[in-house]
Amino acid sequence: MVFEYAPAPESTSIVDIQTSYGLFINGKFVKSKDGKRYKTINPATEEVLSEIVLAGKKDVDAAVKAARSAYGKWSKLPGATRGKYLYRIARILQERSREFAVLESINNGKPIRESRDVDLPLVAAHFFHYAGWADKLEYAGVGPNPQSLGVAGQIIPWNFPMLMLAWKIAPALAAGNTVVLKPAETTPLTALLFAEVCQQAELPPGVVNIITGAGETGSALVNHPNINKVAFTGSTEVGRLIASSVAGTNKKVTLELGGKAANIVFDDAAIDQAVEGIINGIFFNQGHVCCAGSRLLVQESVKDELLDLLYERMQTLRVGDPLDKNTDVGAINSAAQLAKIQELAESGDTEGADRWTLKCELPEKGFWFPPTVFTNVTQAHRIAREEIFGPVLSVLTFRTPQEAIEKANNTPFGLSAGIWTEKGSRILEVANNLRAGVVWANTFNKFDATSPFGGYKESGYGREGGRVGLEAYLKSGDK
Amino acid sequence: MNDLSIMKTHKLFINGAFPRSESGRTLELKSSKGQFIANLARASKKDAREAVLAARSGFQKWSIATAYNRGQVLYRVAEIMQGRKDQFISELVTQGASKRDAEKEVQNSIDRWVWYAGWSDKLAMVNGSANPVAGNFFNFSVPEPTGIVAIIPESKPALYSLVEAIAAAIVSGNSCVVLVAKNSALAAISLAESLATSDVPAGVVNILTCDIAEVAPHLAAHSDVNAIDFMGVANKELAISLEKAAAENLKRVLRPTKTGTQGLNRIKAWLEIKTVWHPRGY
Repeated sequence: MVFEYAPAPESTSIVDIQTSYGLFINGKFVKSKDGKRYKTINPATEEVLSEIVLAGKKDVDAAVKAARSAYGKWSKLPGATRGKYLYRIARILQERSREFAVLESINNGKPIRESRDVDLPLVAAHFFHYAGWADKLEYAGVGPNPQSLGVAGQIIPWNFPMLMLAWKIAPALAAGNTVVLKPAETTPLTALLFAEVCQQAELPPGVVNIITGAGETGSALVNHPNINKVAFTGSTEVGRLIASSVAGTNKKVTLELGGKAANIVFDDAAIDQAVEGIINGIFFNQGHVCCAGSRLLVQESVKDELLDLLYERMQTLRVGDPLDKNTDVGAINSAAQLAKIQELAESGDTEGADRWTLKCELPEKGFWFPPTVFTNVTQAHRIAREEIFGPVLSVLTFRTPQEAIEKANNTPFGLSAGIWTEKGSRILEVANNLRAGVVWANTFNKFDATSPFGGYKESGYGREGGRVGLEAYLKSGDK
Repeated sequence: MNDLSIMKTHKLFINGAFPRSESGRTLELKSSKGQFIANLARASKKDAREAVLAARSGFQKWSIATAYNRGQVLYRVAEIMQGRKDQFISELVTQGASKRDAEKEVQNSIDRWVWYAGWSDKLAMVNGSANPVAGNFFNFSVPEPTGIVAIIPESKPALYSLVEAIAAAIVSGNSCVVLVAKNSALAAISLAESLATSDVPAGVVNILTCDIAEVAPHLAAHSDVNAIDFMGVANKELAISLEKAAAENLKRVLRPTKTGTQGLNRIKAWLEIKTVWHPRGY
């Protein structure tokens, strides 16, 4: 049964979006030298929010120069001082958390409940965690006399704009690097607001530079001869391009790419809890999650029971206005992403899987895709192999733990996986056999600043979070 | 006359066996004075593919061996090399090293196995962690081997570089396919013989003598190879093309560097960190 909820909209009065933005270079917002402009929109309404720069090569060069000239001083500051700047940033982010959450939901389409309760708290926690590392680098594990790398070029995706910014900037700065960060084309606004936080924290100019743009801007940054490190989160396709384009350089690279996670439910699992976990695994953030539990592997004996409960639970999902505090599933981030989800879902139909779609009213404007489940999926289907990055679940079955492991590992990706069982020894044995960087047991899509995140195989390399996340921005000073 | 010496047939090392190249080709090896030494097997693309298959099956066994077991096996390699010390020295001398350098290199190589052997059961302690997440979970991170590592070691010092690269890969449970050029082949083949008698499971180390520029691109592009150590590729163009090919399936790479990458950093290049969120509760 579905309760009718009155609308509970979060007020947008807390945010102040300018009609246009420049680039944040050397501590100031500056005009573009050679960039064009584009409009960023609210994906839930298609309303134009602001005009943004597509930074050109000269802009990228100016940003790298600013980062380079700030690097000398920043890297030589006592670690404790760098730490204090990061603590300041963490605190300001906590103070302005609601403002960031609302702006994130406006520009990204994710439910306010999530940006407010998940994304922004994690962002502050990340800065707080790495702030404490800045004066403890000799314990980071890269060997004696750890050294920063230099200027880091960082490119982040649109699914968790602020969280990805935090994952990139916090460890880089703690280790003594300076950064040029490019937010995703469709979600630049919170990164530009973060520039203001840097100003409030009196971060030395040039330590953080933020340039907006699309693929060409990112490519100019990756290929800039004066950067020492590339950190990228995004598609495996672009990850390959980056890995290829740094060939022959000394640039250090970390890549956090796509996934096709198996969420494995054994017959002894606490089934209601598993249903919640499946929902959270694939519908959290509209499925725009690289580690989404997009392949449900359910033990054959409980399949029917589980699916009945899953469909029943899905009826209570509220799809719609991201700023409504009751919304569970928000807007798809862009027209292009919606088209991709639609195309892959259609391939599920044509390849013979059975589609089940949640009946729900979708707003007329904006980009929407209803939560969808495919059954009768085989491992050969595109919807079982390719990353959909949307609220689409593919259901497969297994009989034995060995079969579950084999199917779970039967993918070029290796980012994450889930295990649902009441048996602790089984959790550990299955986790041991999964070729994936993050394994959640009786939970899914949990993140923490102390918990390393990153993939095996074609899900990329390097880790973010915790001590090992710091290693990505350090080298040993030892010969 | 019955003191005519028996000449050794120099072959490849694949899946614990010593086959010739399927291609039937050889590389003629001569001393610096132009004297004939051997016809080395010249590995082909197909041999490299066979070696990858062997490495995959080697990985399945080796990656689940206990750390204590792997440590003992690596230590055993040092034991076997110690017994064959003179042979290694004479091979290095034949391939151009001075007697003194050769003696030192062989001793260092043996010591290097011992150093690596000791790491097998310490890597998880040093590189793993229990992570204090905010929530009711026991969250821990452990290092695991990446998979199959393609290795093109530096050609000088021939034996030491080879040992360094192989030991760093296999100590954590990876398997490897190693390409060796003509000018460092003799000691490499003796190393293969040492490995074959050291309880290293078949397929964990595969050594192919070959024309590097011919075979390396196939390994770099092979989609079942997970990582590539091409520190020994001096030719810049070849190095770039290998790295580009390796990008296709996002292989982990170790590039040629001036200073070299020794010790733990070299081991860590072929480790993946796995983080598990284990539930807590009554």
